[in-house]
Amino acid sequence: MATIQSPETLEVHPDVALVERAREGDTAAFEQLVRQYDRKIFRIANHITQNREDAEDIVQDAFLKAYQKLHQFQGNSKFYTWLVRIAVNESLMRLRKRRNAKTVSMDEDVQTEEGSIPRDFADWTPDPEQQFGQSELAEILKKTINGLPPGFRTVFTLRDVENLSTEETAEALGLSVPAVKSRLLRARLQLRERLSRYFKQKTLSKGLAMKDGKKK
Amino acid sequence: MTEYFDGEVSEQLGVEINAHLAVCEHCEVVVNTTRQTIQVYRDQQVYELSEPLRERMLASIMEKCKKIRCK
Repeated sequence: MATIQSPETLEVHPDVALVERAREGDTAAFEQLVRQYDRKIFRIANHITQNREDAEDIVQDAFLKAYQKLHQFQGNSKFYTWLVRIAVNESLMRLRKRRNAKTVSMDEDVQTEEGSIPRDFADWTPDPEQQFGQSELAEILKKTINGLPPGFRTVFTLRDVENLSTEETAEALGLSVPAVKSRLLRARLQLRERLSRYFKQKTLSKGLAMKDGKKK
Repeated sequence: MTEYFDGEVSEQLGVEINAHLAVCEHCEVVVNTTRQTIQVYRDQQVYELSEPLRERMLASIMEKCKKIRCK
């Protein structure tokens, strides 16, 4: 089909055609979208809820909801960003149910200044990832990120783990760009502070590591 | 600082920050270990979906989708 393209025409994301086909009833096209993003959605849901079973349910619910709402997808954002928004909302809802709390939202605990001012200035071992076994390291990382308020760990997950841009993160979370930047900085600093407990260089005395394990 | 970590500061500001880091050990440690924090979470995908579970979930999603009339 011949179309006149203006020089400003942006490259069309390949998902647009898949969404269009899925809307017309082509389930294979939707399956392709699921395969493209299921792992990412699973990681995001897991990071937010810190619960594997919830994350499994969220993946299924988020894709089903997306399928049911495909006609509402405007196409002025990426399909993935739109899907992330659905998954984040589902995740926060699950978290709220599990905690039996009225409010678990992106705004929770954002007033806290905890960890915003660095306190630990010890350098880390050159390669902390080699210091621990794979499963031990995974536990440390999970435990550490779980200590952050949901609003902070969600921003960190989208921006730093899943590599969404600041603008995409803002769009997916319904936050302003400055709010994303502010939360991201605080999330990064809080995680750094908490990880320092595990990764900082042990004080060495004449080449011998101290064994008393005293904490400050 | 978010912009600095993401390489989004102006050249001039980047030079100024780097000059400060060269003489301030505390700030240098904070910047380096914050970078390591981001990297370790990026490297270690702590929540991976196993293939069998993935296939089961996909089958369940697609089965339900086929039952729903896409409006």
